Amino acid sequence: MAERMRTDLNIADADAFYEALIRSHEGLSDDDSNLLNARLVLLLANQVGDMAILQQCLAAARDGLD
Amino acid sequence: MPAYAYPHYDAVRPPELDGENLLHDVVIVGGGPVGLSLALDLAQRGVRSVVLQSSNTLSEGSRALCWSKRTLEILDRFGVARPIAERGFTWSTGRVYAGDREVYHFDLQPERDQPFPAFVNLQQYFAEEYLVDATRRAGGLIELRWQNKATGIAQDGDGATLTVETPHGYYPLRARYVVACDGAKSTIRRAMGLGFEGRVFEDNFLIADVDVAGDVGAKDRRFWFNPSFDPSETALCHGQGDGMWRVDFQLGWDVDVAAEMRPERALPRIKALLGRDDVETTWISVYTFQCRRVEHFRHDRVLFAGDAAHQVSPFGARGGNSGIQDAENLAWKLALVLDGRAPDALLDSYHDERAYAADENIRVTSRTVDFMTAKTPLRARMRQAVLGLAEKHDFARALINSGRLSTPTVHDGSPLNSDHGLAGPAAPGGPCPNRRLADGGCLLDHLGRGLRFEGLYMADGAPGAMPLPAFKTLRAADVPVDTIVVGAGDAEGLRALPDPDGRVAATLGAAPGQYILLRPDQHVASVLPTFDLADARAALDRALARPPAPAMARAGE
Repeated sequence: MAERMRTDLNIADADAFYEALIRSHEGLSDDDSNLLNARLVLLLANQVGDMAILQQCLAAARDGLD
Repeated sequence: MPAYAYPHYDAVRPPELDGENLLHDVVIVGGGPVGLSLALDLAQRGVRSVVLQSSNTLSEGSRALCWSKRTLEILDRFGVARPIAERGFTWSTGRVYAGDREVYHFDLQPERDQPFPAFVNLQQYFAEEYLVDATRRAGGLIELRWQNKATGIAQDGDGATLTVETPHGYYPLRARYVVACDGAKSTIRRAMGLGFEGRVFEDNFLIADVDVAGDVGAKDRRFWFNPSFDPSETALCHGQGDGMWRVDFQLGWDVDVAAEMRPERALPRIKALLGRDDVETTWISVYTFQCRRVEHFRHDRVLFAGDAAHQVSPFGARGGNSGIQDAENLAWKLALVLDGRAPDALLDSYHDERAYAADENIRVTSRTVDFMTAKTPLRARMRQAVLGLAEKHDFARALINSGRLSTPTVHDGSPLNSDHGLAGPAAPGGPCPNRRLADGGCLLDHLGRGLRFEGLYMADGAPGAMPLPAFKTLRAADVPVDTIVVGAGDAEGLRALPDPDGRVAATLGAAPGQYILLRPDQHVASVLPTFDLADARAALDRALARPPAPAMARAGE
């Protein structure tokens, strides 16, 4: 059976992560901020690795935007 | 409901005005919830205090509003928690909306068998009224001086002298210790020239107490991001006592504050939020806030507590609750230093522990504000992403931050803790967990009423096999440790707490033979894996900031 995307919380301290995420953008222009997010997506995707899960993440991210 | 009739308290003409020279043990500047609970806590430890009240009545508006479970446990020692719980509104469900859509709701799941809920919402003036009433039951140990306003302070090696203004003139007021509980605009802090720098959040919040006619239905906490009924960035709605509501609107920075407070402007948006027309306001205000604290909570003979020492974002109910927890932390320490049984250094631990707590509260509430105020395009987009994903995916709900509600700080790393590597629900530096007992009372009813430590010994075997003589030795120490044998019906003259269904042991997470040393403020000083008299004495000395007793010379050396 193919791996399934996790949707339960998997980050021990979610608020600390969110703060770090916001902080990582401090002082950047909008363009660079977008670029940071794009780089971050690629880095995190490489942590996941599994293509089946990545496909599910892509679909979930796209969901509702059409 | 008719509007609250604020009581009027007559100005007190103090004896100092007529030339008496008195040296008070403790003078508390400010008689809000923090100052009053400190006075009550000190009285419970046998210490007299004078409380200076600058006005002749109680604070206006609902203000602090949300009283947490730990705060209610503290106030219960003064007989104030039950009146608050009876009059207040108890809530457990919080709903979060993006626009009109509910994206998720949370339940504050209380621990099992608790005498108090996670939160009771009650207007601050009611809480203050009950606290003032309780000072009259304090055996004459609390002197409330209404319309006595501290305007200046000087200190020397033996105490501090306040300058106090009254309708009858000025007088000097001398005390061995002064505790400034005089709020975010603390006169004492300013008079001492202490910095109070921190992070400014550029936002105005409209706040109002609202009376509605008739039944209001469910009163869950409701929080909106980008509400459809109002141009505010966020809006919050809470139930409170006497069937009233409390509402908050996040207005932004560049607004005309005076205009926003006018009822003809505020009322329509309140009606839109509540979805009804039959509403009246009893209080409207606009506030801003910062997240900041004083660098040191102690300056020799002067100590700072509550908003005078620290200020946080109000989302999370961490201001009033942490202030009352400052007071519980300080009271027993002042009492033991005043009577000479603990060294002056014990008061330094007040700073160590409560500055640590303030830092935690500042960190947590700053994160909330960062989520609430999407001040940059990136923050707005991230928040939009979280709210969108939260409708389908659990993990994103955990990222939505509309306030992380107050929980008591566990003073990890406090110099008063003795850590033996055991970390259960009763962990060094944290409050002892509570539980309703089989007899209808609750665990904390048995703890923290006097000026003594207590030990919870988890019964292990027959009384003859337990170290009862050593417990009696501890009970006779200069600062007594009164041991309660948990799980025994009788303990040969020691206190015993039967635990027929094992719920106390389960609540404490403690195994037979363990010994939990509790401070007078019901906080855990140490958890000993097995009882040992020398270890218990060392933990007691450490919790009193006393130097360790010299080791006994071993036989044969």
